[in-house]
Amino acid sequence: MTDVTRTDTVAAAKVQTDARPGRLREFWSYFSENRGAVIGLVVFGLLVVVAVFAPLVAPFHPNEQFRDHLLSPPAWAEGADTRFLLGTDAVGRDILSRLIFGARYSLFIGVVVVSISLIGGIVLGLVAGFFRGWVDTAIMRVMDVLLAFPSLLLALVLVAVLGPGLVNAMIAIALVAQPHYVRLTRAAVMAERNRDYVTSARVAGASRLRLMFVTILPNCMAPLIVQAALSFSNAILDAAALGFLGMGAQPPTPEWGTMLAEAREFILSAWWVVTFPGLAILITVLAINLIGDGLRDALDPKLRRS
Amino acid sequence: MNAPVDPATVVLAADGLARTYELKRGLFGKPAYVRALAEASFDLKAGKTLAVVGESGCGKSTLARVVTMIEKPTAGSLTVDGRTVDGRSAADARLLRQSVQIVFQDPYGSLNPRQTVAAILEEPLYVNTDDDAATRRAKAQAMMRRVGLRPEHAERYPHMFSGGQRQRIAIARALMLNPKILVLDEPVSALDVSIQAQVLNLLMDLQEEMGLAYLFISHDLGVVRHIADEVMVMYLGRPVEYGTRDEIFADPKHPYTRALLSATPSTEAGGRRERIRLKGELPSPLNPPTGCAFHPRCPYMYEPCPKERPELAVPDSDLLVACHAVREGRI
Repeated sequence: MTDVTRTDTVAAAKVQTDARPGRLREFWSYFSENRGAVIGLVVFGLLVVVAVFAPLVAPFHPNEQFRDHLLSPPAWAEGADTRFLLGTDAVGRDILSRLIFGARYSLFIGVVVVSISLIGGIVLGLVAGFFRGWVDTAIMRVMDVLLAFPSLLLALVLVAVLGPGLVNAMIAIALVAQPHYVRLTRAAVMAERNRDYVTSARVAGASRLRLMFVTILPNCMAPLIVQAALSFSNAILDAAALGFLGMGAQPPTPEWGTMLAEAREFILSAWWVVTFPGLAILITVLAINLIGDGLRDALDPKLRRS
Repeated sequence: MNAPVDPATVVLAADGLARTYELKRGLFGKPAYVRALAEASFDLKAGKTLAVVGESGCGKSTLARVVTMIEKPTAGSLTVDGRTVDGRSAADARLLRQSVQIVFQDPYGSLNPRQTVAAILEEPLYVNTDDDAATRRAKAQAMMRRVGLRPEHAERYPHMFSGGQRQRIAIARALMLNPKILVLDEPVSALDVSIQAQVLNLLMDLQEEMGLAYLFISHDLGVVRHIADEVMVMYLGRPVEYGTRDEIFADPKHPYTRALLSATPSTEAGGRRERIRLKGELPSPLNPPTGCAFHPRCPYMYEPCPKERPELAVPDSDLLVACHAVREGRI
């Protein structure tokens, strides 16, 4: 090394040690550059807090009926009862309380569906992309069959077979989301597996499992994280759709989609009964998508400035 | 083969290595065969460098992959450290693998972008030895110092380094298991000229310290002249000339070697050779020419050339030149 490069690297090293108190902190410094992602994270954090502390936050029990206040409008409208901030529904239940408890269901659905389809998709995609040959063909043809159906229709059929209910709806949605993860993982693995660093690891004696999960997988995570965030919101949407069609969570569960379904006959006479569950879904989905984008940028070392 | 000076120092012997790829041509088409490598025989001696030269597509990189046991040869045998590699026992192959390591051409693709330098260097130890974390870390730091990197940079990611530094990391990783043989697949051709010299000097220092045998693959004859002890010239998957560096550079025999050498720019006015221009392109290895593969481009071509393939060994001499004209004493 010449002197010039040495002083350069020394200076760089100094900056590095100053700026590296911890991995988490470094990650945060990249993540926080993206304002949308931070806003999404704040909204999502609020949602999580509200969901966890629902019994403390909500003014009423979600299923408590106030028979004198059927379809009471939100607090700021005319003829409202200020106890019901977002009004009441057709059977006199407080909408705000139901939305707060509904956040629990939506987040739970998102987490479960994404975990199932992500883990399954990663394993199947890694196996297919790494081994190729007949294993690949077998896995991918099954995935093509799943992809050939319109996703909601397939979910409906699965729920119809399994029986309506929230758990079955989640299983159905996870199965429907699965092929996307498999394809994405397989494509990324195929692009990476012939790179020199994989060959180097193989020459160093790494086993197949190590090559797949330690060497290749971390380099395929960026698209998967984005896909996970997107399908988190998709899962919430699909669960809401199934709930709306009466195949998901069953009344009186305060699940957002089910709430929408119960309220659709009042869409012209009492706008708040439909609007607020819809807004809740929209805001949640938007926040999660923003986080997904931010995560992708922050987790990819190639996009970092060194 | 050329008589080894001391058989004890031969760490790798290749005998008639060949690698053929099968190309499927549709569902009903006959499969085509590409002979990427054929009849490659050579010995690697401890502390010595064998350079393999030739233009792109002549089988250099296939040779590297076969020697590092990334791919199995379709014919021929490979003897590493006195033991023949046949892939019969996995444990045996694993041990042999440790003694042959490789450095790739592109330092941007050969390091895992998600691993820190420490993780990259410690991985071979983690996989192959029982060293605990502290020992691994100490060995990695020692190796970083040895290749001219600062141990403080161990927690950095590869993209934070320049090309030359990355190539040093790649060399350090290859040396972590104390291999006897290092395959260098165009290790400096992706680097700036000034950095090339630094990396070459580092390689020569390491060779001296550790007694490494190098299989140095290159198309840059200036670099080869600098580093090689022996040179093997390849054309279309076959060795066409094999000799010591001085023999090859001072007195090239094969017409292809002459053309290659004449294509290297020289700064010494008196030392300039007359430029031999080759006609045509490198033929497709899918459909190689009959007889001597070089005959369509050879200025000395005469009637046996398209009919019969010349053997590498020249009778009644120590020369290893696959050429009819040389055998007959015509050139």
